[in-house]
Amino acid sequence: MSRPAPSSLDELDRRIINALQGGFPIVDEPYRQVAASLGTTETELLARIQRMLEARVLTRFGPMFQIERLGGRFVLAALAVPEERFAEVTERVNALPEVAHNYRREHALNMWFVLATETPDGIAAATRRIEADTGLKVFAFPKLQEFFVDMRLKA
Amino acid sequence: MNETALPDDFERRLIIATQAGLPLVPRPYDLLAEQLGVSAEAVKARLAAMLESGRIRRIGAVPNHYAIGYTANGMSVWDVDDAHIARLGETIGKLDFVTHCYERPRALPDWPYNLFAMVHGHDRATVLAHIDEIAALLGTDCRRHDVLFSTAILKKTGLRIGNDG
Repeated sequence: MSRPAPSSLDELDRRIINALQGGFPIVDEPYRQVAASLGTTETELLARIQRMLEARVLTRFGPMFQIERLGGRFVLAALAVPEERFAEVTERVNALPEVAHNYRREHALNMWFVLATETPDGIAAATRRIEADTGLKVFAFPKLQEFFVDMRLKA
Repeated sequence: MNETALPDDFERRLIIATQAGLPLVPRPYDLLAEQLGVSAEAVKARLAAMLESGRIRRIGAVPNHYAIGYTANGMSVWDVDDAHIARLGETIGKLDFVTHCYERPRALPDWPYNLFAMVHGHDRATVLAHIDEIAALLGTDCRRHDVLFSTAILKKTGLRIGNDG
């Protein structure tokens, strides 16, 4: 995945990113309202959001659904992948639509991914499928308690 | 207010219409209303209700953390006393450099850790300094810990519903 250079963002881009991580208004013309608070125009704001989405500076802009409140499940899981099989296993794991995120990490458990499914049953099915496809044991780490979640980071 | 309930038909259609993003037009809720065959008032009222009940965490942007300069991402993991984990988790979750904090099950003997705290920083040294702050806060309540730095994003798409045919 590409990693756009931080330097390609100007000061207004950063203020837009910070403002959009707060509560976006539910009013008829929300972009106009946010633009006014930033001292820019609606047209400029829309163009910059579009550009940052295309450049993948923003991975998403819109409602963030709490899928567990909607009956779905998110589960963090990990594999210990032999180094020589890493590319092949990545391909097999990523092929599942249930795999929402996948990160390589420095540890014996070196592949960490999030399974996201519309129903609780989907998790077990996806886990079995990955074990069958890779021959590796899936370590599942479902959350027991959530103390804090807030992905906001100051740009 | 916080209980789980399956989406009704309108909510499901609203999720499918917005999961790729909110329309980038001057009147986005009007456009959604048109697509869904309902009034803009109904769209706005339902989104507000979903925010209120926590079915939507927030409406907003998700920055690529690398793109905004957070190039170091460490998943810190801690083996703490189960009897105190609620108090310890609340303490660690309040730190401003922690973006997620959860209790998760151990997988003994391979994995002794039950408290997970994700730490983002502009470089590894910053993340490691934050890890030291957490260690100091946990003190003797923590038996051992580790930090797993990410070295590559292999996939990042998020949940998609209703489009699998």
